[in-house]
Amino acid sequence: MSMPIDHVMALSAVLFIIGAAGVLLRRNTIVVLMSVELMLNAVNITLVAASRLHLTLDGQLFVFFALTVAAAEVAVGLALVVAIFHALGRSDVDDISAMHG
Amino acid sequence: MPQSLLPLLPLVIGLPLAGVVVLVLVGGWLGGRASAWLATALVGAAFLLAAGIGREFMALEEVVAARAAAAEAAVHPAEEAASASADAPAPYDQGPRVILRLWRWMSVRLPLSALPAGTLVPVTVATGDIQPYEVITADNASVIMVDASADPAVAADLAFVWDRDALLAARLESLNAIPAGSAITSRLAPPFPAMMQAEEGAFRPVRAPSFTVDAALRLDALSLVMLLVVTGVGLLIHLYSIGYMAHDPDRRRYFAYLNLFVASMLVLVLGDNFLVLFVGWELVGACSYLLIGFWHADPANAAAGKKAFVVNRVGDLAFLVALMLIWTTYGSLAFGDVLPNAALAGGAAAVAIPALLLVGATGKSAQLPLHVWLPDAMAGPTPVSALIHAATMVTAGIYLIARVHPLFEQAPAVMAAVAIVGAATALMAALIALTQVDIKRVLAYSTISQLGYMFLAMGAGAYAAGIFHLVTHAFFKALLFLGAGSLMHAMEHGFQHAHAPAGGDAAAVPAAQDMRQMGGLLQRAPITGWTFVVGGLALAGLFPLSGFFSKDAILHHVLAKGGAFWTALFAIALFTAFLTACYAGRQLLLVLWGAPRSAGAEHAAESPAIMTVPLVLLALLAATAGLPAIAGLLDTALATVLTPHHVEGPSALLVAVIASAATLAGLGLAFAIYAAGRIDPARIAAAMPEGQRWAAAGFHVDALYGALFVRPFVRASSWLWRTADDRAIDGAVNAFGRGAVALGQASRRWQTGQVRRYALSMLVGAAAVVTILALR
Amino acid sequence: MSGGALVVYAVAALAVVSALGVISARQPIHAALWMVANFGLTAILYLALHAPFIAAAQLIVYAGAIMVLFVFVVMLFGRQEAALDEPLGGQRPLALAGLAALGFVLVRAVLQTPQGAGSAAEPDPGFGSAGAIGAVLFKDWVLPFELMGLLLLAAVVGVVVIAHYRQDAGAADGGSTGT
Repeated sequence: MSMPIDHVMALSAVLFIIGAAGVLLRRNTIVVLMSVELMLNAVNITLVAASRLHLTLDGQLFVFFALTVAAAEVAVGLALVVAIFHALGRSDVDDISAMHG
Repeated sequence: MPQSLLPLLPLVIGLPLAGVVVLVLVGGWLGGRASAWLATALVGAAFLLAAGIGREFMALEEVVAARAAAAEAAVHPAEEAASASADAPAPYDQGPRVILRLWRWMSVRLPLSALPAGTLVPVTVATGDIQPYEVITADNASVIMVDASADPAVAADLAFVWDRDALLAARLESLNAIPAGSAITSRLAPPFPAMMQAEEGAFRPVRAPSFTVDAALRLDALSLVMLLVVTGVGLLIHLYSIGYMAHDPDRRRYFAYLNLFVASMLVLVLGDNFLVLFVGWELVGACSYLLIGFWHADPANAAAGKKAFVVNRVGDLAFLVALMLIWTTYGSLAFGDVLPNAALAGGAAAVAIPALLLVGATGKSAQLPLHVWLPDAMAGPTPVSALIHAATMVTAGIYLIARVHPLFEQAPAVMAAVAIVGAATALMAALIALTQVDIKRVLAYSTISQLGYMFLAMGAGAYAAGIFHLVTHAFFKALLFLGAGSLMHAMEHGFQHAHAPAGGDAAAVPAAQDMRQMGGLLQRAPITGWTFVVGGLALAGLFPLSGFFSKDAILHHVLAKGGAFWTALFAIALFTAFLTACYAGRQLLLVLWGAPRSAGAEHAAESPAIMTVPLVLLALLAATAGLPAIAGLLDTALATVLTPHHVEGPSALLVAVIASAATLAGLGLAFAIYAAGRIDPARIAAAMPEGQRWAAAGFHVDALYGALFVRPFVRASSWLWRTADDRAIDGAVNAFGRGAVALGQASRRWQTGQVRRYALSMLVGAAAVVTILALR
Repeated sequence: MSGGALVVYAVAALAVVSALGVISARQPIHAALWMVANFGLTAILYLALHAPFIAAAQLIVYAGAIMVLFVFVVMLFGRQEAALDEPLGGQRPLALAGLAALGFVLVRAVLQTPQGAGSAAEPDPGFGSAGAIGAVLFKDWVLPFELMGLLLLAAVVGVVVIAHYRQDAGAADGGSTGT
């Protein structure tokens, strides 16, 4: 109950970084999507912490909306992943490239 | 019909200029023949106009002279004839002159000058009276103040008298009165009239005069003489060219250039101030370049044109510096302002200005050491050589010295230098001419030599004699060149007719010009031949042809100067006269006498009438121009412009006899060698092999210049081109281009299409942004 | 440190561990499970931060719906092992360097967050409850709330369209995105 808020925010930063690492370093599409969710989640933690810090509910409401958007985004993203699987038989992020460098 | 032709003077320049424009614009449509005749007709019209103007001007002169004589008689009845002017130099510019201001070129206000305190200044007040006022100089501001408290009411119009002995007048404009108490001061520089200072209502202010240069033409006796020579000889050469260039496809360009040259030369001689003269000076230089390199397909011709222009440029630079000095010393560039006040220049300027003008004249008139371009200029068509490099352009230097002789008289050392340059050049060129085998080169060196005579005359103060020689030289030298052209024409015809290839070392001297291939042309081309004889003998100075009189006048004046220096120069000039007769005789005999020495000479034929008629006319002029009646006319006319040179000492007859002796000796020697075969030229050559070779090579002046100036310059240019420009500058510019390309190539590799790479760059960007924000 | 704080710190540490597990799992299903754990721990954290409604929403939406979707997809297609090698040259070092930098800056900046009003004071009871959230949501934020509805509708339509496309394109060509 009494973790200093800046530590909570530091945790959120760490989680964000870990999520970013996943996006950058993994090739499996599903894992990448999960890493993106991690990042979103980290930001949610920051918002809630800020709400607690300033004693307003605006932060929590933002989280509410962010949650909704995340849900919609996951739905569409997974639909895309399924489409890719059906098209290519595999889903390596590196393969989804129409440009040839 | 205008009442007077004098205002039509600009038309004399305008007609040939119009010819240029017409030929350039519609010459192609007109065709070669029509263009040629049109150009000639325009110059002919200019000549007729010049003749009419001249006649009217001469009438004017008589009127003015009569009026002056009457005034003189009225004022000084006891002091007529043989007046004190025998000792004092005749004041410049006494004769009538017509100055036509066409438009104002530039106008600049300048600071004023100081007068010494106590000078009496005559002031013309509004009522017309002239009253003297004494100058009071302010303590520290160097401003003149004149106490005009006697006339407080009106603004004064100052007729200013300036000079050590009150000789010169200048005019000041005057302003309305400046309110009392206001002061106007300025730094002053001689020799402008001063500005007055307003103080307590007692003084009257005047506004500073402005420095102006007008595009103005001046017609006086000197420029009239030059005008007639340029248009007259120009007309004859135009006529001749119609025949000479009849088969040249570039005729139109040729005649356009020729007309442009005539117009430019007229600008030069008719200019009323140094700037107009300089414009003409440069233009004739440009025309010379264009015409020398006329057959520019051969790079040697183009190189000759370039050489002429560059060497001229050296002189032009000196002229330009002189121009600037004249401006700063005298404050004006107009002849009417500068020349009467020539004595006002101080020590260094008084010497520097004529010295620089001498350098300029040296370049234009091909004297030592800037003579190297004239022999090479023979690469141009022969009529061009006749017009530009014998009769007119090269005489511009002589004309310049004659025109501004008061400036030269301020520096006797420079006059001596002029004489030395002239004599040395005359001697050197005569020696070289003796060894040449190309008919045109002999004439080129002969021209240089005769110009040296004219320089000698100018240096000795015998301006009228120099101009006289200029005129006669224009006649007989143009005659000789045109005759040479006609003979070359005849030779070419002969070679063609005989189907013989042109032998001889065609690389060095084309066979048609090689005198060793000629001979016996007198019978085959009689008109050309006999006129050529007249010209050659006039050059040699045989009595009673014109050359004798003019050369004799120069010799007489030089000897009459007295003293060891001038006597030595006289001796050089006399020896050169002997040499002149030698090479003239040599040329005549080699070309016209004896048996033909090649197939070309064998089958030579006379040139068409359009070429021989000008020759005959010129021969008449060359023969008669020296006769006392005509020469006297020239003398009296020129005396109104040129300070007459008084001769004491040995009589004219003595000098005439000596000069004729030299001439006859020279001709006799030439005859003995080349006609009678009594003396073998090879033996003479063997006696002084070094001398012969050196003379034939022009005393190696060209080689010297090549080593001193040309080669280092070419090397420096080459280095600048290859290293500085190509490698450094171009390299730097190209490096920018290459750098941009390299940058592009490097950046291209980031666009992989790989999402994770893009994510990486986003990360990097985000990290940067966050860092910056955190640091705030 | 009080017991409560200790618990919160422990939860935080476990959240980090589970996140690391997500990104380093070789099998996608393992990653999904780690993810679920992370979400649950986050919900506990929300509780500690006086956001009970959000905690519930987190569990319901994230752990309940989103992760279910993930698991469905993994079950359908995620059989193969996700390789852990790195074919792209320089990606790993550069990414780690960038991440380290970013992380360093973020943590440092965040640790300097000035302590706001809430750090010392306790929030009112009912802060973050469903009632409180609802009161603010339907009064001040009703427009975004409605727009959320639209957003979800758009998402549904999008998913249906993509699924539809798949069925059509499946028979015709082998792939719409090239290699």
